[in-house]
Amino acid sequence: METTLSAQIVYQRPRSLTEATMHYCPGCTHGIAHRLIAEVMDEMGIRERSIGVAPVGCSVFAYNYFDCDFVEAAHGRAPAMATGIKRLLLDRIVFTYQGDGDLASIGMGEIVHAAGRGENITVFFINNAIYGMTSGQMAPTTLPGQKTTSSPHGRDVETMGYPLRMAELLANLDGAGYVVRRSLHDPKNIRMAKKAIRLAFETQLRGLGFSMVELLSTCSTNWGLSPIESLKWLEEHMIPYYPIGDFKVAEALKDLKV
Amino acid sequence: MAKELLKGNIAMAEAAIRAGLEGYFGYPITPQTELLEWMSERMPALGRAFLQAESEVAAINMLYGAACTGARVMTSSSSPGISLMMEGLSYIAGTEVPVVIIDVVRGGPGLGNIAPSQGDYNQIVHGGGHGDYHPIVLAPASVQEAIDLVVLAFDLAEKYRTIVFVMADGNIGQMMEPAELPPMRPIRSEYPDWAVRGAMGRERRILSSIYIDPKDEEVTNYRLMQVWNQIQANEIRYREYFLEDAEYVVIGFGTAGRIALSAVRMARAQGIKVGLLRPITLSPFPAPQIDHLIQRLKGLLVVEMNAGQMLEDVLKIVKGRVPVEFYGRMGGIVPFPDEILAEIQRMNREDIPLDGDPRQRWMKHLAPVIHWQN
Repeated sequence: METTLSAQIVYQRPRSLTEATMHYCPGCTHGIAHRLIAEVMDEMGIRERSIGVAPVGCSVFAYNYFDCDFVEAAHGRAPAMATGIKRLLLDRIVFTYQGDGDLASIGMGEIVHAAGRGENITVFFINNAIYGMTSGQMAPTTLPGQKTTSSPHGRDVETMGYPLRMAELLANLDGAGYVVRRSLHDPKNIRMAKKAIRLAFETQLRGLGFSMVELLSTCSTNWGLSPIESLKWLEEHMIPYYPIGDFKVAEALKDLKV
Repeated sequence: MAKELLKGNIAMAEAAIRAGLEGYFGYPITPQTELLEWMSERMPALGRAFLQAESEVAAINMLYGAACTGARVMTSSSSPGISLMMEGLSYIAGTEVPVVIIDVVRGGPGLGNIAPSQGDYNQIVHGGGHGDYHPIVLAPASVQEAIDLVVLAFDLAEKYRTIVFVMADGNIGQMMEPAELPPMRPIRSEYPDWAVRGAMGRERRILSSIYIDPKDEEVTNYRLMQVWNQIQANEIRYREYFLEDAEYVVIGFGTAGRIALSAVRMARAQGIKVGLLRPITLSPFPAPQIDHLIQRLKGLLVVEMNAGQMLEDVLKIVKGRVPVEFYGRMGGIVPFPDEILAEIQRMNREDIPLDGDPRQRWMKHLAPVIHWQN
C-alpha cells in the first residue's frame, strides 16, 4: 500500500534574513531581535522597500543579516542618517537598529531630535545594560551597582550617575507616535516583542511619527553568566528598573489589530 | 539669464538649486546663515527636501544618509561647524558617496569671530577627519565664480564619487555683486547603480565605510588614491594674470587673491614686472603649474587670510629654488591692496634670502601693522 507524505513547513528562515551565519555570542538575543524584525518585514511585504541603518556596536554587521538595502552609520548617528534617507525617499520604510551605547550615550542628541521632529522612522533599541563590542564597559543603561570593566566595583550612582530610561524619556515628546519597551527573555515576551515591532512599522507606514521598540536583551559574554542565567538576570534585575510597557501609542494605532 | 545684484550666500544657494539639488541639511551659523534661510523657503516650494538639523554633527550625518540614495545633496556651514562635521566627512569619504559642502570661512581658532578668514585651508585641504582622503576644494573670488563653482562642484562630486568643498569666506558669502545665475536643470530621473533606494526587483545594496579586514581596507585606500591621482591629473584649475613677462609672482586664492590682483595692477602701473596666480582648486593644488613657473622667477609672494597655511604647500613645491615671501592677515582681518603692494615693492627692492623662514620675516613686518591694544 502506497502512502503519500505531505510536509508542511512550520518554521523556516524568513525571506528578509540572509543565509549568513550570525557572529553573535551564544546566549545573545540579537539573533532573536533580527529574526523578529525579518518575520514582520515578510508578513508586511516591505522587504523590497525597506532601508536599514546599522549602528556601531555588536550589531555593526546587522547589514550582513538582513536581505534588504542597508547603510552603516557612524556611532550614534543612525537616526540622523535615517532622517536623511527618509526625507529623500518618503515612501520607503527606514529603520535603525541601535544598542544602548550608540543610542543612549553618544547618539543621545540624534535620537531625541529625531523623536522630537516626529521623524517617520522606526528605531529598534537593544538595551542590554552594557557595552558589548568593546568588551563590557559601563553603558548609560548599566544598572546601579552593576559591575562592568569600567565600573569594576559596581556602578556608583554618586559618581557615575543613574541609568537612563530611554522609552519613558522619548515618549514624552510630541513627535513620538509609538514608543514601547519589550523583553526577549522568554517566549511570551518574545511574542509581545514581535507584535510591537509590527506596530512600530505600521506607525511609520501610516505616517504617525517616530516609532521605537526598546528590547531588553542579554549579554552573556560580558555579564559573565551562562545563557540561561542571563535570561534570569534580565528578568530579575532589568525588568524592575526598565518596566515592560507602552509609553506612547498614537490614537490611530489603538484600534489596530495585528 | 540677465545679471542681477546677488548676495554671495543666496547666489550659492540658488545655484545649487538650479544644479538640481534634491536635499539640503544644515544648521545656522554666521556668516553663512542666509544660505540656509534661502533653502528653507525655496526647497519646500519646489517639493525638495530641506531640514534644519539640531547640530552640524546631525546635519553631516543626514547628508551622509541622503547621499546614499544617490540624490544631489549638500550642506553648508562656517568654520566651527565644519570642525564638527569632520567625523561625518571621514565616513562619507570612506563610503565614496558624492556630497557638496559650502564652507563660508570665518575667523578662528575657537569661537573666533564672524569676519572673513581663510583659516580652514588646512582642515579642509589636508583632511581634518581621520584616515586618508582628499576632497576637491574650490575657492571662488567673486559671487559669479561662486555660482559657477557650486554648479561644477556637483558634477565633480558625482564624477569621482567624492566630497567637493566650495571654500568661500565671509566676504564672498556676505557681499553683493552683479552676477548671472544658471538656468534651472531638471532633477535627475535615474540614479546610480550603487544607490540605496530599496531592493526592488534586484539584489540588496550596502553602503558602508567599514572594511574590517585590513586587506580590504588597504584595497579601498588604494582605490581612493587612484581616484585622487585621476583628480590631480584632470581637475586642476587656476587663473593667471600678467604672468607672461613676470619676474615676481603673487599666489593667493579667494578674497586674498582678488585683493592681491588690485595690488599687482598697482605695482604694474609702477613698472614692477609682477603677476598673479590664483588657484581655484586648492585641492588638487596647481603644483605642476607653480613648479613650471618658478623656473624663471626672481621671487614669490604668498598672500593669505591666515598664518600661512597654503604657504606650506607652496614651499614644498619651490624647495628653496627661488625666494618666497609671505603676507597674511589673521583673525578675520582682510588685507588692503596697499599692504600687499608694499610687500611686492619690498620684494622688488630688497634681496630676499633663499633660506630662512618666510613666516618669521612676515611676523616682523606685520607687528607694526597690527592694532595692538594699549
